[in-house]
Amino acid sequence: MEKNLKKVDIIFETSDRCTPLEVLEKTLKRSPDDIILDLIDSGLKGRGGAGFPTGLKWKFTRNETSDVKYVICNADEGEPGTFKDREILDRVPEKVFVGMVICGYVVGAKEGYIYMRGEYNFLLKGLLKKLDDFNQALRKRNIDFTIYFKSGSGAYICGEESALFESMEGKRGEPRNKPPYPTVAGYNGKPTVINNVETLVYTTMIFHMGAEKFKELGTKDSRGSKVFSVSGDTPIAGIYELELGMPLHEFVNEFGDGDTKAVQVGGASGHCVPRKKFNDTIIGFEGIPTGGSMMIFNSSRSMYNVLHDYLEFFTEESCGQCTPCRVGCQQLLKGIEAVKRGERPPSYLDDLKKLTATMKIAAKCGLGQSVGNPFNSIVDNFREEIIY
Amino acid sequence: MLTTETLVKELVEKNGRTRNSLMPVLQGIVREQNYLSDEAMICVAKELDLSAADVYGTASFYSFLDTIPRGKNIIRICKTITCHMQGKDDIVNALSNALKIKIGETTHDKKFTLLTTNCLGWCHKGPVMLVNDEVYPELTPQKALEIIEEYAKKTVI
Amino acid sequence: MSKYLVNLKINNMPIAVEEGTTILDAAKKLNFRIPTLCHHPDLTVAGNCRVCVVEVKGAKLLAAACATPVSEGMEVFTNSEKVRIARKHIVELLLSEHNSDCTKCYKNGNCELQELASEYRIGDHVFLDLVRPESKIQDISSPSIVKDDSKCIRCQRCVRTCTELQGVSALAVVHKGDQQKISTFLNKPLNEVVCTNCGQCINRCPTGALTERNYIEEVWNAIYDPSKFVVVQTAPATRIALGEDLGIPVGERVTGKMVAALKKLGFNKVLDTDFTADLTIMEEGTELLTRLKRALVDKDETVVLPMMTSCSPGWIKFQEHIFPELLDNLSTCKSPQQMFGAVAKTYYADKINIKAQDMVVVSIMPCTAKKFECERPEMRDSGYQDVDYVLTTRELSMMIRQAGIDFCKLEEDHYDSILGESSGAAVIFGATGGVMEAALRTAYEIVTGREVPFTNLNIQPVRGMEGIKDASIKIKNVKPEWSFLEGVDLNVAIAHGLANARQLMEKVKSGEANYHFIEIMGCPGGCLGGGGQPIPTSPEIRKKRAEAIYEEDAGMPIRKSHENPEIVEIYKQFLGEPLSHKSHDLLHTHYKPRHRY
Repeated sequence: MEKNLKKVDIIFETSDRCTPLEVLEKTLKRSPDDIILDLIDSGLKGRGGAGFPTGLKWKFTRNETSDVKYVICNADEGEPGTFKDREILDRVPEKVFVGMVICGYVVGAKEGYIYMRGEYNFLLKGLLKKLDDFNQALRKRNIDFTIYFKSGSGAYICGEESALFESMEGKRGEPRNKPPYPTVAGYNGKPTVINNVETLVYTTMIFHMGAEKFKELGTKDSRGSKVFSVSGDTPIAGIYELELGMPLHEFVNEFGDGDTKAVQVGGASGHCVPRKKFNDTIIGFEGIPTGGSMMIFNSSRSMYNVLHDYLEFFTEESCGQCTPCRVGCQQLLKGIEAVKRGERPPSYLDDLKKLTATMKIAAKCGLGQSVGNPFNSIVDNFREEIIY
Repeated sequence: MLTTETLVKELVEKNGRTRNSLMPVLQGIVREQNYLSDEAMICVAKELDLSAADVYGTASFYSFLDTIPRGKNIIRICKTITCHMQGKDDIVNALSNALKIKIGETTHDKKFTLLTTNCLGWCHKGPVMLVNDEVYPELTPQKALEIIEEYAKKTVI
Repeated sequence: MSKYLVNLKINNMPIAVEEGTTILDAAKKLNFRIPTLCHHPDLTVAGNCRVCVVEVKGAKLLAAACATPVSEGMEVFTNSEKVRIARKHIVELLLSEHNSDCTKCYKNGNCELQELASEYRIGDHVFLDLVRPESKIQDISSPSIVKDDSKCIRCQRCVRTCTELQGVSALAVVHKGDQQKISTFLNKPLNEVVCTNCGQCINRCPTGALTERNYIEEVWNAIYDPSKFVVVQTAPATRIALGEDLGIPVGERVTGKMVAALKKLGFNKVLDTDFTADLTIMEEGTELLTRLKRALVDKDETVVLPMMTSCSPGWIKFQEHIFPELLDNLSTCKSPQQMFGAVAKTYYADKINIKAQDMVVVSIMPCTAKKFECERPEMRDSGYQDVDYVLTTRELSMMIRQAGIDFCKLEEDHYDSILGESSGAAVIFGATGGVMEAALRTAYEIVTGREVPFTNLNIQPVRGMEGIKDASIKIKNVKPEWSFLEGVDLNVAIAHGLANARQLMEKVKSGEANYHFIEIMGCPGGCLGGGGQPIPTSPEIRKKRAEAIYEEDAGMPIRKSHENPEIVEIYKQFLGEPLSHKSHDLLHTHYKPRHRY
């Protein structure tokens, strides 16, 4: 069933009918189990990119027995082409805070942390003031939950949840072995819910408007809407909240400049979709999922440069601990350079594609596993541009 | 100005004497001193009972925790493809010419360090740069030069 | 607490293992070997090299066998097509950032990466060479350890060793991405950082990135030089481990063969560090009793207790860096190696009528820190550098192979005399707790006139592989001159591995610990697990070596240092008595504080 592009206003909605604190008060009157059921029913999946069902995450953490648990808001938005979390934290931070408090209530946590990338430190002054006010509002209502703030310092990989914990613990942001998963052993080794900024806002809004209303949006596999960061060759770059499950050609019609050659869906670690596939590409968990980054390229752009940029990015931002990622990224980057210079035959690209297959299944974390996405989708669809 | 030792002691006092405080302590030093000197890292190691190599290893993981001397103002120009498409090179060239330094270098008067960095999250309003913590989107070479001039004026070495 | 059993299949074979077992260990039980590089039995799991990846039915990703616990109903394949391709890729990637000039590598023939490359028949692998020219510049600043970044595969075993086992963290992982490497504080050379030269990192490095600084050629040159009289001393722990490098099973003693081999190599005299281990007991035991007397009888407040042993040069440098405020606790006794050098170039040189300047003293040591120790400026009390060259057990095995000696078939031989006689108390210096046991055997007898009250002189409470041990021995019915010790509980503690030492030192510093005497060995298991011992090492291997050491002790005709006739003789003829003026000149030393960061 094909859908049309539908703009939505949930995330940034600030009508008088809904103040975040009212949603909080209303929701805390319900039982935790009831809240979890509601969240599972809504079909909300994580908006950071991986798409794990949020309700299940909360449920697993609730089921763990531990004196200390944590709620962490992942605001380490580093995926190239993504800037929605910054906008959310700037405009509606209280909705994020409320999502965290409700989560804390449900899972039995008393401390929440927002880990925000250092690149957004200019938000700090305003944000800390709002957080202060909010924490005071919690105390006034005798709600035993406090939100703290932690800043990153320029490392993309810290957006990976276990790397983020390591960073919060004062260590190098190197992803951990899994299992154990955060719901069992996260920050400080304690059961932890870690949700993306946008996910937390959706939880707040689902408790506000009800799961049913949320479910009306999207498709069976991709419920609800999502905030997209639109950039590149578009006359109207910016932030847009759109219903999930849209066909890519609708998106290109709306945002493209009339000469769109390709769209990189999901940032540097996402997939490149060429013009000929716009019609049968769905944006959502059943098609190409995305953390929100949509980079549009028109026919004047060299896809070699695009791929080179992404590979340089991964080569620098790999944490460096596991072999497939540390060495694999360098081989891919140097490999396309060698092909371009004619030092390796075009068929070397196929050797590199096989390497990405290994990286996809053998790298320790999502970074190394996903480098093959841009590599294969660009090499497959724009092979000539890579070679010549 | 605070001595490094006092600064570190204060930061440790404020953030706590545990490993979990390492990041905020290092960030605090960089805020005051632009980079982590050998002395600063040793002070941190002492206060948090870590080895100096461990502190260095952790700091060097993070691109905002410099362990080499930096200028008073650190310019970080976003080098991601979308900013590149919007003229990032022109900004780099303009600043490089005006400051007479290449990327990675610091001006003689120690007022500026010029760096490039990965996505700053302003792809819809590129090119963009950070000067210290402040963000400047929708740059033109002219605008970038004016901004730097302002910083030059108010920076006393 | 009994654990649940988990049922799973590995390569279609069913097995039940305890909950929490890794796939790697479960596979081992079925005799499936899964290759590993970053995994080491002494260290925490890293899961970063990825060569141990296996396929788990139903999972999209391969699992790192070393880091993944089994789960009920799991079906694992350790050699599926996916696994083989991935593993080969990973080895190829490692080789692409590795200086694969194997024939010129010190670890040629003893390299885990080389073995894997050979196993997977990696010929002309496809990937680009990523080795940076600057990484080929070796760090040879340390007299003990050579660091070659071009050989490093970033498995981080060395970093975990330095942190987890040794509590030193001189090495760390620095930078990230393609710049990531293993380094020191600000990339300083090893001789400028807190490195203790213990060499434990070498024992666990799978490649040639960390090796001992070798002095094989220098020693051959000395042997070939007709104007030099070359004497060799062998440390206690060498005789129970050398065989491992020469085709003899772990835990087999090769004392006699080692002596025979050394004679065949052309050393003029083959002597034993065990002799000076006995001498150490005489000096150190007396020092302890003297300190106790000054503290208990004279109420001398300048006396520092607990007294701590000083045989292990890695431990000494650790203490100088990390706890300089506790340097006065260290016994002033030199290590047996250095006592040997000082005695060899004085007493012994006189006896055999050789000029000290013509004598070359070579040590065979289980230790890399000894290489540093012999170069310390304090270690020249004979008027010359007391010990000229230190070879590790590994280097000796290389020399034996170079000389074409069939070690297994050698007839056993005996140490030369003098400086070749020793006691069982000396040989146990090679195991953690051994110096303590040796000291107690002698000190107790000096004080009470009776043997230590333990069956067959085996002081079991101070033996074993526990990280920190302590014991208390009641002293009763003393001789009149030791009456101040009547009824005293002598409290002793033993730690091995510097991380354990660190823990114990913190307790000493805080006053929480109340001991009279502490033995510390820098390496896990004591010298038998030293940084110069054959590779590999593991808790199991060290246990077997320890058993061999105690067997050697049990089989010695003399079990107590003070009964060694050559010891009696050297005091009579040369030193006078323990702590004499002469002893102080030759056998004792002092320490210097070093920077902690």
